[in-house]
Order: sequence, then C-alpha cells, then structure tokens
Amino acid sequence: MNELPQQLANGLILGAMYGLIAIGYTMVYGIVQLINFAHGEIFMVGGFGALTVWLVLPEGFGLAAAVPLMIIGGILVSVAVATAAERFAYRPLRTAPRLAPLITAIGLSIVLQQAVWMWYPDAKKDQPFPQFEGGPIDVLGANIQRGDLFVLIAAPLCMLALGLFVTKTRSGRGMQATAQDPDTAKLMGINTDRIIVMAFAIGAAFAAIAAVAYGLKNGQVGFRMGFLMGLKAFTAAVLGGIGNIYGAMLGGVVLGVAESLATGYIGDLPGMELFGGGAWKDVWAFALLILVLLFRPQGLLGERVADRA
Amino acid sequence: MTALLEVEDLRVAYGKIEAVKGISFKVNAGEVVTLIGTNGAGKTTTLRTLSGLLQPLSGDIRFDGKSLKKIPAHKVVSLGLAHSPEGRHIFPRMTIEDNLRLGAFLRTDKEGIEKDIQRAYDLFPILGERRKQAAGTLSGGEQQMLAMGRALMSRPKLLMLDEPSMGLSPIMMQKIMSTIQELKSQGTTILLIEQNAQAALSLADHGHVMEVGKIVLSGSGQDLLHDESVRKAYLGED
Repeated sequence: MNELPQQLANGLILGAMYGLIAIGYTMVYGIVQLINFAHGEIFMVGGFGALTVWLVLPEGFGLAAAVPLMIIGGILVSVAVATAAERFAYRPLRTAPRLAPLITAIGLSIVLQQAVWMWYPDAKKDQPFPQFEGGPIDVLGANIQRGDLFVLIAAPLCMLALGLFVTKTRSGRGMQATAQDPDTAKLMGINTDRIIVMAFAIGAAFAAIAAVAYGLKNGQVGFRMGFLMGLKAFTAAVLGGIGNIYGAMLGGVVLGVAESLATGYIGDLPGMELFGGGAWKDVWAFALLILVLLFRPQGLLGERVADRA
Repeated sequence: MTALLEVEDLRVAYGKIEAVKGISFKVNAGEVVTLIGTNGAGKTTTLRTLSGLLQPLSGDIRFDGKSLKKIPAHKVVSLGLAHSPEGRHIFPRMTIEDNLRLGAFLRTDKEGIEKDIQRAYDLFPILGERRKQAAGTLSGGEQQMLAMGRALMSRPKLLMLDEPSMGLSPIMMQKIMSTIQELKSQGTTILLIEQNAQAALSLADHGHVMEVGKIVLSGSGQDLLHDESVRKAYLGED
C-alpha cells in the first residue's frame, strides 16, 4: 500500500481537485482583493447541481454519457450562485473596508450550507453520487480508480483553456489589466464590473468541475463538503502565490502530494509511529502552509509586491 | 465655433473636502491647453473627473456636444477622450505591445490597430525595440512614452496628459516635450497638466493657472509666460 507511485497518484488526484477550486480563490483575490470564503460552498452547490442532473436523467442513461451533462448542470448552478453573490452581496461593499466583504463571505458560506441542508431533498445526510463500474486501472504502477481519471484529464485541460483565455483573448487581457490597475483599466474602456463578474464565473465553473470529480471519487456529496475542501484549496492558492492562476494549480498539486506522502510515510519513521495514518493528513497540510508562509510569504509563484496604498 | 471640451462651473469633492471649487474652461479642436499650478491645486482631480473616475459635485462637462456627467469611466474613452494618468500607470506585468493593444481595447479594426502600433513605434523607437518586454522593466521616461503611446491608440479627439514630465531627467523631459510639440503640429488636441510651467506654456495656445481648486488666471500661453505674477510663482524668478 505504501508504494511511492500509488501515493503520488493519490496526491495528484487530490491536488488536482484542490487546484481547480483554488483557481476561484486566486482569480477573485487577484482582481478585487477579496478572499471569497463562500467559494467552498460554490463548489458544494456545483456538486448538488451535477447530482440533480443525474437524478433527473432517465433510467439506463450511462454515466459516461451523463458526465458532460452533469458538468454543465453543476457549472450552471455554481456560476448562478457565484454571480448572484457578487452582484448582491459583494458589489455593494466594493468600497467598504476590507473586513466587511470578508465577513459577508463567511456569512454567505453558512447561508449556502444551511439552504442546501434545508431545501435539497434529503440533504440532511450525504447523498450518494453515481460511480463508474469496473476495477482500478494500472498506470505506471499505481492503481487508479476509474472515477479518478476524470480529474486527471479535466484539470490539465482546464488550465490550458484558462491560460489561453487569459493571454490570447481580448477579455483575458482586460482581466489582466483590471488585476494590475483597475482605474487605468477603466481609462482603456474596460468594463471592470463585467471583468469582476467574469472572474467569479470562471472560478465557479472550475469549482463545479472539481465537485463532479469529488463526487466521482468519494461516491457521495453533502452540504458540508465545501468546508474542508474550500479551506484546503484556499491553502493551495496561498501556497502557490495568491493572484497567480498557475500558482493555484501548482499549490494544489504540491499540497495534495505532500498530504499523501506524509500520510503514507511519516508513520514509518522511527519514533513517529503515533503520527501515521490518515487522521493526521490535515495537520500536515496546514503545517506545510505555515512553513511556506514563514519562508516564502508571497507563495511559490507569487511576486513580492508592495501592498497598494 | 463650439469648443470640443467645455467645462462649466465644475466642483469636485472628496467627502467633505472640496478639491475643485467651480472652474470653467474650454478646449477648441486643434489647440493645446494647459493647466498649471502647484501640488494640490486640483489639476489631477479635474482630469480624473473629466474621464469619469470621479463624480462631480455640480457643474457640467460637455465633450463633442454631449454631457459627460452620467457617463461611466469605461465609456468615456469610446467618445474620443483619452487620459494618460499621473504617474504613468502602465500595466507593469504585461508586455509593451499588450499595453499598446489595451489602449485600443474598444477598437475592432485589426489592421488599423496594427498600423497605429507601428506608428507608436515610429514615434518612440525604443518601444519598438522592446515590444516583447514587460512594461515594468522600462525606465521612467520610457514608461511615459508608453503611457502616451497607449493613450493615442484609441485615436482620441482629445488627449489628456497628466504631468508627463514628472520625475524625468532633463534630457528625457525635453524628449517628451518635443513629442507633445510634434503631436500638436499633427493637429492633435491636447489638454496638458504640467508642473514644468515654462515648458507647458511655451507650447500651449491657452493656459490656466490653478490655485487651491480655482482658476486664478487665464490667458494665451505667451501672455502667461510673460506675466509677472506667473513668473514669480511658477517660473522661479523674483
């Protein structure tokens, strides 16, 4: 079980999910300097959106054919919730002190959890998510579950698409400009309000894709699933250098792999038997965050920039 | 003839502090008009209000026949008003060429944009040599060139330049001023803010002297250049 390829694969799968969610934190922060603490719940509602699509599809519909539709359903729900949050909760606070939108985000996160808990049928307990049938596939000495292949394919494709969007399209350049200097971006004719909505929407879409991956991996979704995943993804965003989209994915992968390796090997070290196993994995993840913040506060790919006055 | 830009009794405040206290002036097409005055006189506030980044308390701004008062900042440039802000504000982590492209953000004529990028490189050859370099790596003077080139990329009817010579070496300042002279001779209408009053008045058709939010003196560039009070206050003569 403690073979290296297996541990690396597990870490990569987990890390790719963290990375996809981290994109949302990092893009929103890069443009409006807001830590959207409700983003974990944007991820969670995406999972329920995807599940709903699966439940309304006719009996006998294959999962492989359903997954694209579930992704679309999840994205629709996540993007709708995220853009509504931007419009009605964050935008009115754009010029307020930074603490106000931050607390709003935390409040929104609780509201979303409770809304799903109350109104989604039977969501007071975890809901089963469809699973791919068949045993694991051997890839370079690691056993990979069929459902986990999804995120290993989706994450690189998403990053490629995002990279092209940001550097090659007009809207993407507008987004970079808005992140670097919002007032001057307006002078160029860029509708910065629209760019901000776009950042929330892209982050939400990526979170929804991560939620489908989460469901396929864990076989269930629940109203609480956004909390720890959100926190880890936020950690990944900070680890990679918040504001940097490639940093978010790198941070996610580093975090996932570190978590997996620590869980697998720390217990084998002499004198460390007590710390072995999955119960400690969150400790290692956040310990890594503390270490990085101590020695490289701007994150792995972050630039050291003075705070805007 | 009607003026291209007409500012009437404009008042602007930051909270309770009034920074611009009722100023009026005009810019006719083809003219260079300059606002001079010390720091805190309200010159930058005036420009930022013209381009929609600040909302006026009262008064009117008419540009090319339309009132700019209710127009959001990102739509002002499409009317033909370009603003090269104080402190240059180029996008530091984007290339020089991308910075220029952002100046043409609202234009859709691809060929025209390429042509104008080339024109900016002709005007400032150093930008052409470094087109793929991050703009943040340029020197102050080169950044100023980029900011001006970027503002020109929207093909503005009126170009507003806020302190283009700020913090530059004398040689670079001369280069920037001669570029403004060149733009003027090509017929570009310019509203110029400068702390270098000598240089600004020498090339301006009209000048206005601002003090604590008000215009205290107006006249042709030459008249102001020879006005005794201006010479004392701004040109460093006793």
